[in-house]
Amino acid sequence: MTTGTGGTARIERRFARLALDDRAALVAYVMAGDPNRDTANAILEGLPSAGADAVELGIPFTDPMADGPAIQASGLRALKAGTTLDRVLDSVARFRRRDSDTPLVLMGYYNPIYAFGPDRFLRAAKDVGVDGLIVVDLPPEEDAELCLPTLEAGLSFIRLATPTTDESRLPRVLGNTSGFVYYVSITGITGAAIPDLSLVTSAVERLKRHTSLPVAVGFGIKTPEQAAAIARAADGAVVGSALVTAISENIDADGKARPGLVDALLTRVQGLADGVRRAREAEPAS
Amino acid sequence: MEIPNTYRAGPDEEGRFGVYGGRFVAETLMPLILDLEASYGAARNDPDFQAELASFNKHYAGRPSPLYFAERLTEHLGGARIYFKRDELNHTGSHKINNCIGQILLARRMGKTRIIAETGAGQHGVAAATVAARFGFPCTVYMGAVDIERQQPNVFRMKLLGAEVVPVISGSRTLKDAMNEALRDWVTNVDSTFYIIGTVAGPHPYPEMVRDFQSVIGVEAREQIQAAEGRLPDTLVACVGGGSNAMGLFHPFLDDDGIEIVGVEAAGRGIDTGEHAASLAAGRPGVLHGNKTYLLQDEDGQIVEAHSISAGLDYPGIGPEHAWLKDTGRATYVPVTDDEALEAFQLCGRVEGIIPALEPAHALAHVMRIAPDRPADHLVLMNMCGRGDKDIFTVADALGVEI
Repeated sequence: MTTGTGGTARIERRFARLALDDRAALVAYVMAGDPNRDTANAILEGLPSAGADAVELGIPFTDPMADGPAIQASGLRALKAGTTLDRVLDSVARFRRRDSDTPLVLMGYYNPIYAFGPDRFLRAAKDVGVDGLIVVDLPPEEDAELCLPTLEAGLSFIRLATPTTDESRLPRVLGNTSGFVYYVSITGITGAAIPDLSLVTSAVERLKRHTSLPVAVGFGIKTPEQAAAIARAADGAVVGSALVTAISENIDADGKARPGLVDALLTRVQGLADGVRRAREAEPAS
Repeated sequence: MEIPNTYRAGPDEEGRFGVYGGRFVAETLMPLILDLEASYGAARNDPDFQAELASFNKHYAGRPSPLYFAERLTEHLGGARIYFKRDELNHTGSHKINNCIGQILLARRMGKTRIIAETGAGQHGVAAATVAARFGFPCTVYMGAVDIERQQPNVFRMKLLGAEVVPVISGSRTLKDAMNEALRDWVTNVDSTFYIIGTVAGPHPYPEMVRDFQSVIGVEAREQIQAAEGRLPDTLVACVGGGSNAMGLFHPFLDDDGIEIVGVEAAGRGIDTGEHAASLAAGRPGVLHGNKTYLLQDEDGQIVEAHSISAGLDYPGIGPEHAWLKDTGRATYVPVTDDEALEAFQLCGRVEGIIPALEPAHALAHVMRIAPDRPADHLVLMNMCGRGDKDIFTVADALGVEI
């Protein structure tokens, strides 16, 4: 991967292209290694043609304190299947052999990265074509740990902004960030509640007053209709728990993938992608 | 490592004790813990707050707890003079009440209307449910399903106190998972809820705040030992899970040169079996539950399940100040196995008429190890941080006795 094409540049390019098309991005979250390496790789590699404009690939962790039951279970399945951070990076390398345009960011918790060694991790991540990181338990107060070295490496460090991030704190949260801003639409864990659209719209407007970065919205989006509604308000809609649930619905009692799992998940992505693509065509009169 | 001028100045403004501690939480919680830090800072310097805290400690918890010369144990072991700081005599049966009184007064001051807590052995859950009842707050306690199974008496006590006990069935179903679940609750109910963390861990300011509330143990012990012996002790011993009773005893003595300070970790079935809870002896630094500290984890940074016969020590981490005290060498940490703790548990009942909790039975096992080799004028002060009523079923089971 050459500097200047990957990393933050790839994310910027994708959002700029979508802005020209006047549509939002569908950002698809899936957990690396769930339910096993081969199935997860097939899912990952199928995401772009199913309509995902960007990919968040989860790094599984034993103690995901901001995640709801669906993503907790997904992470535990991935760990049980032997997923390690090395394997996550291998999956990205495979993905990049077929796709050099779709931004891919890793999302997870700090400890697996800390155990790997932050510097070694950043070199490896950049090398395989990771474009950015979302690390849930690294707020701006801990920027020296990983955020600053990530930016130096030319990768994005994507920050979560939440309903509790008030006006006085926003500049701190939006500083040292790049790529896009991830607005967490609810106070709560992933997959918990359906966000209140009018609140999301005003929150996105609030963020836009503080940053020129694209704003993607996630936590609680489940249906194509909800994705479309978010896509009218924001630059991206992130869907995670609803995709991961397609895995739990298509494995047997031993955790083995049933035939059709990959198709079931990618069909769900297609539905969401259609919702996002149609969102602004049929924009209701305001 | 450089030796600091004082061991009592931490944490710094970032909530760090050396490299440990910090604020590793999701953004949703960050404004809350900053608010908590500011509110606690103001309360700490408010004489009215301190006066009310002291009053509840005295009239509700029953402080000061006695410092007791364990004469028969001293004779039995035939060496050092052994003192127990009797925090098992507090209301609710352990040191946990010290911290809960402080935090509930802060919750009320901050205008919060709901309490959540995590618990392992149930001692902290009982203490949190107790103060919630006393101050009229609804209280939800998260407890691992495995711990609920082995600590039934405390589960029933919490329910009698009006708390809702939520079984946690995620992960390893013990204390660490209860803490994850409490954090998930907090992240969801940000406006109403005060999270009473039970130990000197979690994001800043919890390690500092819980230590401050528990330091009443060490402050009293200092005065009491000087009244009894005319001098400070030679050795302090306390068990460490998360490490709150130990931090409370140790902190007021950290700058007294020459006092040996020993924390006792649960070695479970033995360090080399892998089934233990000795994060300082066998773990390495990492980040969990909002702080950087020593953790039991695998090569890939996944948290490993802890094991101890004592549910209160069954945690794969340790408070960050202990991690720093270990690295600086100011305190030493030693492992004690389930079997050694069981032996100490039984001896204490027979010789002193005190049935200790399994947690301080670990500390006592270390006292039994060192006391015989120390001279007769050597003063050992051990924190008897909880009573053993809750543990009799576990101990009976371990000894193969049916009750």
